[in-house]
Amino acid sequence: MSATDVLELSAAEAAAAIAAGALSASELFETYRSRAASDRAADEGALNCFTWVADDEPEGSAPAPLGGVPVAVKDLFCTEGVPSQSGSRILEGYLPPYTATAVSRLTEAGATLLGKTNQDEFAMGSSNENSAFGPVLNPWDRTRVPGGSSGGSAAAVAAGLAPWALGTDTGGSIRQPAALCGIVGLKPTYGAVSRYGMIAFASSLDQAGPLTRDVTDAALMLKHMVGRDPCDATSLAFPEEIALPSAEQLDGIRLGVPKELTSGSTGSEGEGIEAGVLDVFRVALGRAEELGAKIVQSVQLPHAPHALSAYYVLAPAEASSNLARFDGVRYGMRAEDAGDLLDMYTRTRHDGFGAEVKRRIMLGTYALSSGYYDAYYGRAQRVRTKIADDFRSAFEQVDLIVTPTAPTVAFKLGEKTDDPLAMYLNDYCTVPMSLAGIPAISIPCGLSEGLPVGLQIAGPAFSENRLLDAAHALERALGFDGSKARA
Amino acid sequence: MTAYEPVIGLEIHVQLKTRTKMFCGCELSFGDPPNTHTCPVCLGLPGSLPVANAKAVHFGLMIGMALNSKLAPRSIFHRKNYFYPDLPKGYQISQYDEPLCKGGRLGEVCIHRVHLEEDAAKLIHVGSSGRIQGSDTSIVDFNRGGTPLAEIVTEPDLSTPERAGEWLRLLRTTLRALGVSDVNMEEGSLRCDANISIRPVGSHELGVKTELKNMNSFRFIERGIRAEIARQVKILDGGGQVSQETLHFDPASGAITSLRSKEEAHDYRYFPEPDLVPVAIDEEMIEAARAAMSELPADRAERFQRESGLSVESAQLLAFRGELGDYFERALAAAVEPAARPQSLANWLSGELVPRLDDGEGSGGDPNKSDVRPEALAELVGLVSAKRISVGAGRQVLDTLVALGGVPAQIVEAEGLTAMNGGDELATVVAAALESNADAAARVREGNAKAIGPIVGYVMRETKGRADGGEVTRLVNEQLGI
Amino acid sequence: MARLARLQLGDKEIEPMARELSAVLDHIAKISELDLKDVPPTSHVIADAMPTHPALRPDEPCLSLPREVALAQAPAVSGDGFLVPSPQA
Repeated sequence: MSATDVLELSAAEAAAAIAAGALSASELFETYRSRAASDRAADEGALNCFTWVADDEPEGSAPAPLGGVPVAVKDLFCTEGVPSQSGSRILEGYLPPYTATAVSRLTEAGATLLGKTNQDEFAMGSSNENSAFGPVLNPWDRTRVPGGSSGGSAAAVAAGLAPWALGTDTGGSIRQPAALCGIVGLKPTYGAVSRYGMIAFASSLDQAGPLTRDVTDAALMLKHMVGRDPCDATSLAFPEEIALPSAEQLDGIRLGVPKELTSGSTGSEGEGIEAGVLDVFRVALGRAEELGAKIVQSVQLPHAPHALSAYYVLAPAEASSNLARFDGVRYGMRAEDAGDLLDMYTRTRHDGFGAEVKRRIMLGTYALSSGYYDAYYGRAQRVRTKIADDFRSAFEQVDLIVTPTAPTVAFKLGEKTDDPLAMYLNDYCTVPMSLAGIPAISIPCGLSEGLPVGLQIAGPAFSENRLLDAAHALERALGFDGSKARA
Repeated sequence: MTAYEPVIGLEIHVQLKTRTKMFCGCELSFGDPPNTHTCPVCLGLPGSLPVANAKAVHFGLMIGMALNSKLAPRSIFHRKNYFYPDLPKGYQISQYDEPLCKGGRLGEVCIHRVHLEEDAAKLIHVGSSGRIQGSDTSIVDFNRGGTPLAEIVTEPDLSTPERAGEWLRLLRTTLRALGVSDVNMEEGSLRCDANISIRPVGSHELGVKTELKNMNSFRFIERGIRAEIARQVKILDGGGQVSQETLHFDPASGAITSLRSKEEAHDYRYFPEPDLVPVAIDEEMIEAARAAMSELPADRAERFQRESGLSVESAQLLAFRGELGDYFERALAAAVEPAARPQSLANWLSGELVPRLDDGEGSGGDPNKSDVRPEALAELVGLVSAKRISVGAGRQVLDTLVALGGVPAQIVEAEGLTAMNGGDELATVVAAALESNADAAARVREGNAKAIGPIVGYVMRETKGRADGGEVTRLVNEQLGI
Repeated sequence: MARLARLQLGDKEIEPMARELSAVLDHIAKISELDLKDVPPTSHVIADAMPTHPALRPDEPCLSLPREVALAQAPAVSGDGFLVPSPQA
């Protein structure tokens, strides 16, 4: 098989080809490894997707069923003996003594570690411009961002530098970059995949998930990752096996389209979806109807407009606590010539954390502090209850909910870095699902201004199979072509 | 001058005797080489997650039952956030407003709550030779970090330092009986802080309270509380006000100093631990805890009363200090001839033996660790009960036993202490006594019973204390014709 | 607040940080508009809504890290332990 042919294979197809003897695992690995390494080494025009690339193929034979298909893994997953810095200076040179469960489940199923991907520092960001390793570029337009925080993973898959990738989603960090890069991204039900070994951002929201070329690959990766992990008390047994999707129609599926998340820019703060994205979204809805889906516009998520506010209290609060362990005592960076203990703490954290991380730590500390807890953290937890309730009610009326994944297409580098609020608005459509803990997938549904638009489908907790089937059917009908980015 | 009454509450941390730590599978150890029992979880490595120890919850339930607390059907863990090198995550996983157990009572003290949390690591200060400002260092050993702790908080029901010490002993005996902890203060498996305030006698308002920490023996606790009460009295008498602070008692100097707080603002920013799901207690867990309960001090005291006919005071004295109860039972079990009456045995144990073993604690040492075997005490008491030796002689024998150990019968033989209980020998001495103390004899004959003193004294001297006092009196009266 | 979080902010950073945080806080304040009386807070979103298994661990020992591994990533080590400046008394 020629290199071009190899690159055209999805992960599932590659696994099948290797199993059938039509493709050698070494050839597959080396094809991707050299592309990844070139991007890593290049200065000009590099996408900068990777923070680390394997030197050569891992030894030993990789077992079926994923035997030998390489996977790119977001930097924040601990990989034993391999740098894991969560995109931050403060973990410079950190080599974990253990591997994250999600990763080891994939490697035990036969996947091989291709490299670690770039990300916003500590998963905080929507553009991958907050990384100590520098920004990642969007393969569709290298003057634009790929989205974040799993920007490196998304760009790598979109550009054909990895067949598939593992990322994490806290408020949209898999779905939004998937949308901006024209690929598939899935955030599973909270608790479906173990968080053990994931350098934490916001513990009650973080979830690992696949970034892939198509829905089938997403199902395949999820299948090998789900399940209770005794090392993660919040991980749950998935009630059924994840199946590879096969649906080609949407007969009888009621798709809810809540106006709170599908309206044009109206809010004073600039909330709302930009026109180009809405147009493409509506065309996709039309396709869904042609497949037999029933569109239900009357479904409501009354508290969705408050989701972003609640999220930007809860996530920074948990993060401020999760990041307290970075104190220079046991690992990572320690400020040089620190005087006393207080000096060591403050200088290490000042030098090691980027601006966005500091901002969120301050926000989070404030939201939890005495006197403010009830007004901020306490309230936000109650808003969370309301949002979860909203979805529960909605799912009594409809089977799945669809929205655009992100309010805009990929924006220019530097466009929103001075305005944190504008940056946070990128998560407007994805955050409600994170707060409710329900699964959601983003699939590319078209182009606006030549840039990819994502469509998000969300379902009740543990409805991944139904979700994947619906996404699969729609994906077929939409026929999105992402090969331009792989050139 | 106003009379004040102290108001004392205790906060006790108990290291639970599980095999592994509270949130990870590292083994508990004491005295092992530093940092040999660590893992990503208790080191706070990035990406690690806690998982709660079922045995610790089980022990927590047992403690709650022993204290007659209400067991919460659902309790949650909270994060207590502050920075310190012995706290690897930058927060301690503890419980806040939804603890494992609420309320309860032990003896005369009401319990406020019992909750579970993890212990901090150990910070070893490296004494630097050549002190330069800012260059002092410490070494952190994470072996202890993560050890399961039960924190028991009492209501401020204690009114004196002595009562506090006694109650703490009762708690220790109770916990030891449960088998949930070594409760050894020297090793740190039992730690106690005291909250102390004073108020004018009769007042129902609480004064400002201070917290006294780091007292690691019963004696220090009593002394520390006493010192702090005195300090507060002095302040109030001088017209000043007690400020709420955390204090340290130095047993060597008796001084009380202010401890710099770990988290300056004392703002721990508690929030529910997202990495742990709520602990739901079901019937099975409650049954398991109940089945594991052993005889508690209160029950043991009742049993002593029932089975051995001890008075309430004696029974409680022996049961509430476990080591005494153990010794008592071993002594009872010794089949000695003549038999020792249980109440006498109890009296001799607490009234004679224990005070002789005072190791400076002021409250008596542990008879099980002395040279006086329980069988020996039983034998001694039997001999006294049967009047084979006098009480005075018994005390002498006990002195020898304490100093050298041995067998009472042999000591009696060796020191010639057999009682003179009557018979000619004693009668002869009594006669001699009456002759030498004619005035006293006359007064006794006249009806002044108290005048017998010198006569008895003479007899005791002559018989080297072997005469039985009651027998002497009888003989005197007989010979005087009374 | 910075001290509570052990973050030291340089002079040049304070003003922009304050400004940005202010803007975000204003936005977040939206949640104060809602009437949330009698609404219970959610701390564990999926576990709260499902029959909970207590997710407790049996009291069985697992292998600890060898000491060299535990200390391998430490910025400063002395003998068997992690070396830090002493907390000021």
